[in-house]
Amino acid sequence: MDIAQEFNQYELTVNDSRYVISGSWLGESLLYVLRERLGLYGSKNACEQGECGSCSVMMDDVLVCSCLVLAANAEGREIKTIESVADGNELSDVQEAFIDTGAIQCGFCTPGLLVTIHDFLDSNPEPEESEIKEAISGNLCRCTGYGRIVEAVQLVSIRRSRRDT
Amino acid sequence: MDFLIASSTEDLCELLAEDSTRQLLAGGTDFMVEVNFRHRDISGVIAIDRIEELKQWRHDGDSVLIGSCVTYREIERGPLSTLIPALAQSARTIGSPQIRNAGTIGGNLATASPAGDMIPVLLALGALVNIRSKSGVRQLQVDELITGVKTNSLHEDEFIESVRVPVLRGPQEFLKVGPRNAMVISVTSLAMVTDIDREYIGIALGSVSASPCRSSEAEHFISENIDWNNMTVPSGVIENFERLVRESANPIDDHRSSSAYRTHTIGVLGRRALLRIFRLEN
Repeated sequence: MDIAQEFNQYELTVNDSRYVISGSWLGESLLYVLRERLGLYGSKNACEQGECGSCSVMMDDVLVCSCLVLAANAEGREIKTIESVADGNELSDVQEAFIDTGAIQCGFCTPGLLVTIHDFLDSNPEPEESEIKEAISGNLCRCTGYGRIVEAVQLVSIRRSRRDT
Repeated sequence: MDFLIASSTEDLCELLAEDSTRQLLAGGTDFMVEVNFRHRDISGVIAIDRIEELKQWRHDGDSVLIGSCVTYREIERGPLSTLIPALAQSARTIGSPQIRNAGTIGGNLATASPAGDMIPVLLALGALVNIRSKSGVRQLQVDELITGVKTNSLHEDEFIESVRVPVLRGPQEFLKVGPRNAMVISVTSLAMVTDIDREYIGIALGSVSASPCRSSEAEHFISENIDWNNMTVPSGVIENFERLVRESANPIDDHRSSSAYRTHTIGVLGRRALLRIFRLEN
């Protein structure tokens, strides 16, 4: 099977920066391009089939697995990766809560979880535990058993509601 | 070697008429897995996920017309989930939030997996699939569209434009067995829908045959025994009903389950759905 064909050049907008992609193969996933062509190694590659969620990114404000996005079809769309979550050295509140609750062990799933949880809490600021579990059901963590991750989400929710009152 | 982004259905008709070997990319949740694992050879791709007409749905009269690029996410919640509850239940069991944000009803049908979770619901409801090409439109029943394991009867220059789904008055259920509650490809699944006005019950099964199939004998048998005024069913018929559901399945052994377990669970799902919809007669 000959799959090493060349594909024309296209442009991606990632974390508000524009990149020209050229000399690529048509079948490259957004995840591959982020990591191997743009050097954005925050999005992790584990399963390449949408099972693990470690490559989660926002595309036009919709949470998706970047391994299941054809990179060329991300042209003209706003991509936000884990690299955009912190503001310079200033961690986001979800990142802080992960540290405070000890929701990290090996850290491989963490970027995908952070992107997912930011998206989730934006639409559901005071979630039930069952809603949290459903929201993170597409992000596999093999270390923590999820207890502390759920606690981290709850902590962010409490801190945000205190901040707002 | 080309990659094209279709902007309208007319545009898509033209692009397929030009070169019908071009492959259609909607949500990508099956397509890209095959690309990533080098199981799909792509020489030309048309992305259809930016065609506005395909992303719309509307409720007209006694049915909803759902564009083929409407996502599981949109069907899972909001107005569609009250209009077609079993379709929403099936959507919610598919993959993860990330997958449901991307995957589409048209993709679920065209991929034609034996485990495609929306297919039993659409079969039980008697949905119709609108198919289009430059040379015209045609309408197929779901079981005319899906011809076998991952095969469909679409001509090379055709695409699925929309799905016409009846809105029925009466309870509906979609149930599925898998190793966990999320991110699961069905071991078995079952849809049961009712239409109180027509005294109709529709039952269809997933993952127990080459294509999702109706359980016609079980439908006929149970519809003769239901008390539609009271929405009750006599306890004496349950066992026979469960047997008829099992007999309409023709499962295989594979890496996901044994045939024996599939046969067992499809009967359990049949009984469970029945008893969620109808009360046992005293």
